[in-house]
This record gives sequence, structure tokens and C-alpha cells, in this order.
Amino acid sequence: MSEIPQDGQPVGRVPLATNRDVARARKAVGAVMDEGRARPIQKTRFVTAVSEITRNAIVHGGGGVLMIYAHALPRAISVACRDEGGGIENVEEAMRDGFSTAGSLGRGLGGAKRLVDAFEIESTPGGGTTVRMMSRT
Amino acid sequence: MADTKDQLVALLNEQFDAIVEAWIATQKDEGVRRSDLFSAKETRAQTVRLLTAFRNGVAEAETGEDLDLRADEWAELRETLSDLGRERVERGMTPTEMATFVAALKSPLFHSLRERMAGSPDALIEEVWHITRIVDAFALYTTEVFIAERELVIERQRTEMLELSTPVVQLWDDILALPLIGTMDSVRAQDVMENLLEAIVERKAEIVIIDITGVQTVDTQVAQHLLRTAAAVRLMGAECVISGISPRIAQTMVQLGVDVGEVVTSGSIQNALTYAFRKVGVRIAAEETPKGSRV
Repeated sequence: MSEIPQDGQPVGRVPLATNRDVARARKAVGAVMDEGRARPIQKTRFVTAVSEITRNAIVHGGGGVLMIYAHALPRAISVACRDEGGGIENVEEAMRDGFSTAGSLGRGLGGAKRLVDAFEIESTPGGGTTVRMMSRT
Repeated sequence: MADTKDQLVALLNEQFDAIVEAWIATQKDEGVRRSDLFSAKETRAQTVRLLTAFRNGVAEAETGEDLDLRADEWAELRETLSDLGRERVERGMTPTEMATFVAALKSPLFHSLRERMAGSPDALIEEVWHITRIVDAFALYTTEVFIAERELVIERQRTEMLELSTPVVQLWDDILALPLIGTMDSVRAQDVMENLLEAIVERKAEIVIIDITGVQTVDTQVAQHLLRTAAAVRLMGAECVISGISPRIAQTMVQLGVDVGEVVTSGSIQNALTYAFRKVGVRIAAEETPKGSRV
């Protein structure tokens, strides 16, 4: 896992409030990757990961916002998904496959991490959660 | 402010017909009288209705600093706008055209004022400012109504699409297919499952092929919906095959850690159909007569 560089240019912003915004987020990220001529498999993987974390922000975080950044050297795309929810009590546990508080498959966070080139999560109980992910394009 | 208000009411009362004519003419000049969408008679009727509601509002309501189109006195105007807005959205007018249509009222009002108040420029300017505020608020409100109407139309289309987009197709005796297209949110997934389970009972199906060629993203939620549907199908005594899993989706699902369990999956709907034929005991064979020998 590499680090996510801080030099990204913001190229998109999607407010996350309802389930329909997950589809909007996927579309926005997909469009940026098309523009950057990302390989189809890279796009499918990253868009799927974005789908997971944005849905988490809406279902568990009560909504938030997704920022999309483009990086020049090396060429990459990154996103930051922020919510103002209750935060995750035990991040390590939440990342583990099979862990779910909502009766779902419990593979969202761990799966998203496996689909991207870099993954960072920051969460404080009561202070919301921010997930950053990057994919080379 | 009382003076400016009285002036405006008097103006609207005395020159009502002339203002209607001038307003229609301005709409024409500004290119927002859509003769392709509305007949001259309709345009006139709408304009008269709006100006009447506008005049009644101005006469009754607070039009100074505390102008608020949400007040009770403006109810008639709001209602008229909603009606017109709805009609115009349905006929394909844009919000800009609609707002320009309302703003076009300023010109005839200003012209009439110039004649009436030529002798007192200070009062004229005050009156112009007064009217500008009301008409601008009026135009802004129009845009709001317009957008709200659009949202309703979009929501309605979405609902209609939900119903349209889950057709269960009978491919053969005992074999059903369900092509999925687009995004699978929870509402749609629920819809899909209900339609499918009913179709299984109605048509006594043994095998159901769910084809996801048209689904762009399979994340854990979509995967879970698919697996739940497959489980429900199995509970009803039928078998479920998920087809149309592209290499990209397959890799992504593996990395996500999705386990399809005992659900049969296949890359193409053709393979799924072959499997289904075998299961129900149907064999497809090529015609034996060689090509070209037919009479």
C-alpha cells in the first residue's frame, strides 16, 4: 500500500445524502477515469470501491460529501469521502471481513481496501469518518 | 411606501388591457412567446390570468421592505404560477424562458409609469425600484416552482422506469429470464425479487436466469441482493443461474470477497441457457439436412 499524495487537483464534488447519490458518485468518478484514460479493469475496481465507501457514509454516517482529485505524477485518481456521523468505534474490527452492524455482507470496507492502490481511514467516535482511496490510472 | 403602492395599483387598474397587450408584445420581442407551444389565445388567457393575480396581490399584500411571496395575500398568484408552470414544463419550456416571460412584465409597467409620472422623477425612480423588487421576487419564485415541477416529473419517470425495468421473460417451458439493467438500489432489488417470485409461481418455472450484463457495478450491496434473490428462488423449489458476469466484474467480486456459494453462475446468457436446457431435459440439435439441398 502506498501513500496518497497531497498534490491532487480537485476535479469533482458529490454531496451524499440519499441512496441515489451513490450512483451519482460512481458516475462522477467513472467520468474522471474515462477522461484520464484509465484501463477498464482499473475503473471497475475503483468505482466499485467508491460505491462501497459512499454507501457507508450514507447508511452509517448519515450522509456527507465525496471529493474527487486528479494527480499528475504518477498519474492517479483519489477520493476523500467524509461523513459527520457517529464515527467507527473500532476501525480494525470494521475493516475485518464479515463484520457488519447492519445485517449486510460485511465486506464493504475490507473489500474496498483490496480494490484500490492506497487506502486510509480516519475515524473518531462522535467526530465522523473520512476514507481516502487512490488508484493509479 | 404607501404612495408607490397606490400608484402601482392605480396603474394596473386603469391600464390593465394596455399592459396585457404590451406584455405579450415584449414576450414576442424577447423571443419567449413560444408560438410553437402555445396558441395566441392561450398566451393571452395566461397573461390576463397572471396579471390579474399580480394586481390582486399588489393591492392586498405588503410590497415594501417586507415583501414575501409566501404570504397569504399572494396565494392566487402562487396558484396561477403553479398551474402555468406545470403546463409549461409538460410542453418543454426552459426555466430561463419562464423567468424571462415574467421579467418581461417590467418593460410595459415602466413605459406606462414614465408617461404618468413624467413630472416627478424622484417618485418615478422610487416606483421603478418598488416594481423591480416585486417582479424580481416574482421571477425567482417562478424558477423555484419550475424546478419543483421538474423534480416531480423526474420522480414520476423514475417510478415508471422502476416498473418498466424488471420484465420477466419466458424463454422456454419452465425457463424464465430476467435481464437486469442499470443500478440496483434496494428499492429496485425488492421489486425485482417480488416480480420474479410471482412469475415463478404463475408460470411454474424450474429455472430462472438472472442476466446482469447490463449492470455496470456489482458492489457488495448488489451482490447481496442477487444472492438473496437466488436463495428465495431456491426456497420456492426452482433454481437460479446468474449470467452475464464479465471478467472485470468477476475479478472485482473476488477481491471484494463475495462468495456466491452454490449459486450457478456463467459468463454469457448462452451458456446459462444451455445449462438450463440440460436441466429441464431439452436438447437442441442442428438440422440434419445439409445446407443448400432444400427445395
